[in-house]
Amino acid sequence: MKFSATTALAGSLALVLGFAAPAFADIKIGATISETGPASFLGDPEAKTLKMLVEEINAAGGVNGEKLELVVYDDGGDPNKARTFATRLVEDDEVVAVIGGTTTGTSMAIIPVLGDAEVPFISLAGAVEIIDPVKPFVFKTPHTDRMACAKIFEDMKKNGITKIGLISGSDGFGASMHKQCLAIIGEYGIEVLADETYGPTDADMTPQLTNIKGKDGIQAVLNPGFGQGPAIVTRNYAQLAVGLPLYQSHGVASDGFIELAGAQAAEGVKLPGTALLVAGLLPENDPQRAVVVAYKEAYEKATGKPVSTFGGYAHDALRILVDAIKRAGSAEPSAIRDAIEGTSGLVGTTGTVTMSATDHLGLDLSAFRMLKIEDGGWKIVE
Amino acid sequence: MPELLQFLLSGITVGAVYALVALGFTIIYNASDVVNFAQGEFVMLGGMITVFASAAGLPLPLAALIAIIATAAIGVALNKLAIEPARGAPVVSLIIITIGASIFIRGATQLVFDKQIHRFPAFSGDQPILIGGATILPQSLWVIAGALAVFFCLWLFFTRTLIGRAVLATANNRVAAQLVGINTNYVMTLSFAMSAAIGALAGVLVTPITLTSYDVGLALALKGFAAAMLGGMGNPKGALVGGLLLGVLEAMTAGYISSQYKDAAAFVVILAVLFAMPQGLFGRKPTDRV
Repeated sequence: MKFSATTALAGSLALVLGFAAPAFADIKIGATISETGPASFLGDPEAKTLKMLVEEINAAGGVNGEKLELVVYDDGGDPNKARTFATRLVEDDEVVAVIGGTTTGTSMAIIPVLGDAEVPFISLAGAVEIIDPVKPFVFKTPHTDRMACAKIFEDMKKNGITKIGLISGSDGFGASMHKQCLAIIGEYGIEVLADETYGPTDADMTPQLTNIKGKDGIQAVLNPGFGQGPAIVTRNYAQLAVGLPLYQSHGVASDGFIELAGAQAAEGVKLPGTALLVAGLLPENDPQRAVVVAYKEAYEKATGKPVSTFGGYAHDALRILVDAIKRAGSAEPSAIRDAIEGTSGLVGTTGTVTMSATDHLGLDLSAFRMLKIEDGGWKIVE
Repeated sequence: MPELLQFLLSGITVGAVYALVALGFTIIYNASDVVNFAQGEFVMLGGMITVFASAAGLPLPLAALIAIIATAAIGVALNKLAIEPARGAPVVSLIIITIGASIFIRGATQLVFDKQIHRFPAFSGDQPILIGGATILPQSLWVIAGALAVFFCLWLFFTRTLIGRAVLATANNRVAAQLVGINTNYVMTLSFAMSAAIGALAGVLVTPITLTSYDVGLALALKGFAAAMLGGMGNPKGALVGGLLLGVLEAMTAGYISSQYKDAAAFVVILAVLFAMPQGLFGRKPTDRV
């Protein structure tokens, strides 16, 4: 009796699964993103972008004739939760690929889970450690802070600047970029004469800037930082009338930065930013123009909020993934992985992506535009 | 010499911010011995509500007034909904309740407003004022004046008014205060309203300098708390001096030693002071009748 009950149960279960499966034949994509928590200003536009684009793609007929199904979890910026959600995505939801890891911390926690499960993962976080050394199933879309340093140093070199002062935030972003900049600064023949730091919640940086101003020979100042710090540095810089060129990082490449620092104080500040930020200023023949303008308009219409670089990272990740599934002609994780690695000339918001077996980022320095703030707006200087 | 002066002015600017936050701690502490860890959230609310009210088209002074009144109302609600029902609980439990309240307010602000960093224009422009080769922004003078004004009002309140003495009496011995006819519930409500209003005023004054977002409260509360401990908890003079001292210490360390050790140096000095004077610089000595 017991035996037959179990058999019946197993039979009916198989029946349910058997019939249910075709109805769920959609391509399942997973995402674990920090929609809330300290990284929410990054994760929020990312999640909104993914949802918007999946709807858009499905409305246009899906991928290879199949609909996309997006499973999004909110990890709140907590690496432990990110790891748990990655496991759930792979084991319970059985997704074919995962996008996410808003921060470097959550990305690094997700990587081993997906590596073991052999499911492709496209990270949305900045650190170079994610793809260096190359891991077979791990890719990412944002440019690295090392590339931002290189872009800035190139511009300094072009302007004959060889001696600079550094003032960096002591938070994760500032510390990481500070390290990456110092690692490559020798290649550009630039010397650091003053190296100051500030805390992420500090309200006044005039002592540090006074010391930089007082050092003889400094020709420019670079501020690797994120959040409110760079805005306060810029305001204090104007207050002290330092009078040297000020370079900010890509971490503050947004219209919000000009507003926070004040147009007057931010006048003349240079920073590397993405094409998305200056969508309207791109020349007609720019390859990225069509992509960034389309995304900007769609996002602003769907959410009523200004578009951000971070949403752009998610946009590119999904585009790369969809492109790979199309070219693979299959939704098998290993086939998708091979196709992602074969991505070539895909135009995204951050740049034109061409991956290879040794490069799982696929961007070069042309992905950055050197921008200058003039009269409270952006200007491309190249 | 201009360097020294610039470090000093920077220290005073930052110190005045700490002092304003520290002053907010004093009233609730004096009324109930509770250190209100939601005080930083009051400062944040002052800034955030002003930002959104002025973005909605209200003139800045009116937006600031609305922010202060709304925050005072939230302070009263905090007392009525969370502190009063737990009246019999020990002080430590009440402090834990305020920590919970601060997390709740932070989360609610994130939902009601947003997660971005905001700022509104300084009251008297951004043209730096030159003093002997060093500079200070006009907004810093507003913050310093605000801290002094709040200090003076609190000093008058606690020493010259009957209700101020009633607040002190309630802290000293709630039962005895009730026996002499003090409405202790009213005193508690009033102290939360005043603390919240002072916090919000601080938020309005410092936002053009420090900027604001839903999560600035914690950092401000920690520094304000450190300043209040240094000066002596519950004493307005202590809050003022402690705040300024902490700010100047940080600026001098950043200027002369290394910006890396700025926070560490300040806390080492605080520890040293508290080791020698556990009540802080101006704290009242506990006297128990035997």
